[in-house]
Amino acid sequence: MGAALEIRNLHVSVEGQPILRGVNLTVQQGEVHALMGPNGSGKSTLANTLMGHPAYEITAGQLIFDGVDLLELETDERSRLGLFMAFQYPVAIPGVTVANFLRNAINARRRAENPEDKGIPIPAFRKLMTEKMDMIQMDHSFAGRYLNEGFSGGEKKRAEILQMAVLEPRIAVMDETDSGLDIDALRIVAEGVGRLSGPDLGVLVITHYQRILNYIQPQFVHIMLEGQIVESGGPELALHLEEHGYDWLREKQNGTGEA
Amino acid sequence: MSDAEQIQGIRESYEEQYGFSDPDTYVFRARKGLDEEIVAQISEMKGEPQWMRDYRLKALEIYRSKPVPTWGPDLSALREEDIYFFVRPAEKEGQSWDDVPENIKRTFDRLGIPEAEQKFLAGAGAQYDSEMVYHRVRQELEDQGVIFKSIEAGLREHEDLFREYFGTVIPAHDNKYAALNAAVWSGGSFIYVPPGVKIEMPLQAYFRLNSASIGQFERTIIIVDEGAYLHYVEGCTAPTYTTESLHSGVIEIIVKRGARSRYTTIQNWSDNVYNLVTQRAMVYGDASHEWVDANLGSRVTMKYPSVYLMEPGAHGEVLSIAFAGRGQTQDAGGKAIHVAPHTTSQIISKSICKDGGRSSYRGLLKVHPDADHSKSTVVCDALLLDDHSESDTYPYIEIESPLVTVGHEATVSKVGDDQLFYLMSRGLTEDEAGAMVVNGFLEPLTKELPMEYSIEMNRLIRLQMEGSIG
Repeated sequence: MGAALEIRNLHVSVEGQPILRGVNLTVQQGEVHALMGPNGSGKSTLANTLMGHPAYEITAGQLIFDGVDLLELETDERSRLGLFMAFQYPVAIPGVTVANFLRNAINARRRAENPEDKGIPIPAFRKLMTEKMDMIQMDHSFAGRYLNEGFSGGEKKRAEILQMAVLEPRIAVMDETDSGLDIDALRIVAEGVGRLSGPDLGVLVITHYQRILNYIQPQFVHIMLEGQIVESGGPELALHLEEHGYDWLREKQNGTGEA
Repeated sequence: MSDAEQIQGIRESYEEQYGFSDPDTYVFRARKGLDEEIVAQISEMKGEPQWMRDYRLKALEIYRSKPVPTWGPDLSALREEDIYFFVRPAEKEGQSWDDVPENIKRTFDRLGIPEAEQKFLAGAGAQYDSEMVYHRVRQELEDQGVIFKSIEAGLREHEDLFREYFGTVIPAHDNKYAALNAAVWSGGSFIYVPPGVKIEMPLQAYFRLNSASIGQFERTIIIVDEGAYLHYVEGCTAPTYTTESLHSGVIEIIVKRGARSRYTTIQNWSDNVYNLVTQRAMVYGDASHEWVDANLGSRVTMKYPSVYLMEPGAHGEVLSIAFAGRGQTQDAGGKAIHVAPHTTSQIISKSICKDGGRSSYRGLLKVHPDADHSKSTVVCDALLLDDHSESDTYPYIEIESPLVTVGHEATVSKVGDDQLFYLMSRGLTEDEAGAMVVNGFLEPLTKELPMEYSIEMNRLIRLQMEGSIG
């Protein structure tokens, strides 16, 4: 059995404002989960917290990855442990080419394992990068462009998938990877993720549209409302949501006397 | 990590790499301070002709007559009575490393100079305190008529050529520190590249201060004759002392018709050094000159390499990189003077400040009335790594011809937490992430450098960045 990402009773505040209020979720390597919910329900907060963004303050709960307490680790250490986040808004790094960036990311991992490591040899790196670019149907000229600078929305998301392909995480969190994409871009990105998935990769797809789930088929669907997962089920849950919206869940919540 | 620990981290690295010193083993040291007697003594010890001795004494008067400039960084801590103006390191200059005194050779070994010479240089020179201790150029270049010598040997062995150009590009009265250099100059290179000779590998000179409270006044003359090519590189480091040292060089370059030249500086003085340098190139028809000027060290640097575009088709570039850390002021930039029509220039300045450091871009673009159809671009970008560092821009533009094209842009940005988080989420440590953002910011300049120097530059930047983000 592979590694698992376990989120236990997670409470998170931003600038003193509670956003997540007791989230529980476990993602195993090899599984595909979807986390759905309306804007402001706390989905992106969860993604950023998993990766260790300093602006998110954990007030209670635990994050365990492969038996390791993530809360003890910095963002870079979490990454090197095999956690990955595809950003909703990837950040531009002017002057740093995609290739240079990827090589540095690989070398950071190698150095963490062995401080004496001299880095991946250039020919081996080139081969790896072109393989992965081919895998997600990316033009090779991408490698020479400055990371995310002047990229279209679709290009940014593909660059995220390329990074994921090269870094080979064990668990990937995809934060609204579908937002701002037209249908063709969405298909290309989703197919890329499809090619990467397998028994070694666990995926948590965060979205508020059902449409990406036509391409990345989850085994588990969770629905988040106001900082909690209020419903979990199989793929049928996403379809139900598409038809009926979130209101029935809100009513159900209120019905249990929470309001 | 606290600020104090960060600074300590940087200091430790500099100490280990460059900040070491040897026991003083000079063969002669003039008493502290500056007067006619000391100027005459320097001239005497170098065995100079009378005209040079007179020139020096005249320059001293000019130096005395000019006030300390107050339009830029504060120079009040610099007191000439506390400085040794002349420290002779060795009896004679070596033409092989075996001729260089053992302790001095050890220093340059540790700095990697003989190794670099073997690997990728067409020739190397090494200055230790006031004079060059080593100069050598590859035999095949010497056979083609290339002259690469210490400035003293230039005067001694090529007096006519020397006298034709010395002080013509930068006269003694140009500014106070040019006058000072003219009075007490010592060390530096004399270079002549004959017509059509293209030197593919760089020539390099390395300047090292060892003594405390010293002034170093190198003087360099470079003549690139018609259709020739030269890339000259200088590097500078010093031990860290609690007392002030002064480095005030004058570099005069003549680039004749159809020639190309590039002068690269990687200045990494310890931060007790005042670095006040005048560099100027005269560029003639269809020739081009580039200054690549990287200022990483020193306490105060004032340096504005300039290009004078004298005939149609001349092109000049200044690529300036400045890195200001705690207690450092980098007042850098460039000047482009369009004298003739159909000339082009470009000034790109990139500065980085952290830990309260200050950087200023100070530049001049001047287009004379006759210089119609000239084109110039000035770009200055600053990157701040924290909230308590500062960057200023002083772009002076004087256009006296209506028929010119001029572009100017300036930006100031700050390394964002979002950039660091993004890079760290891919496994880079905080320091690596910060260095990557900085390297990216500088990339338009570092890609202009030959491979060996861009590697060196990246390494230096990583060193400067250690523990500086957070």
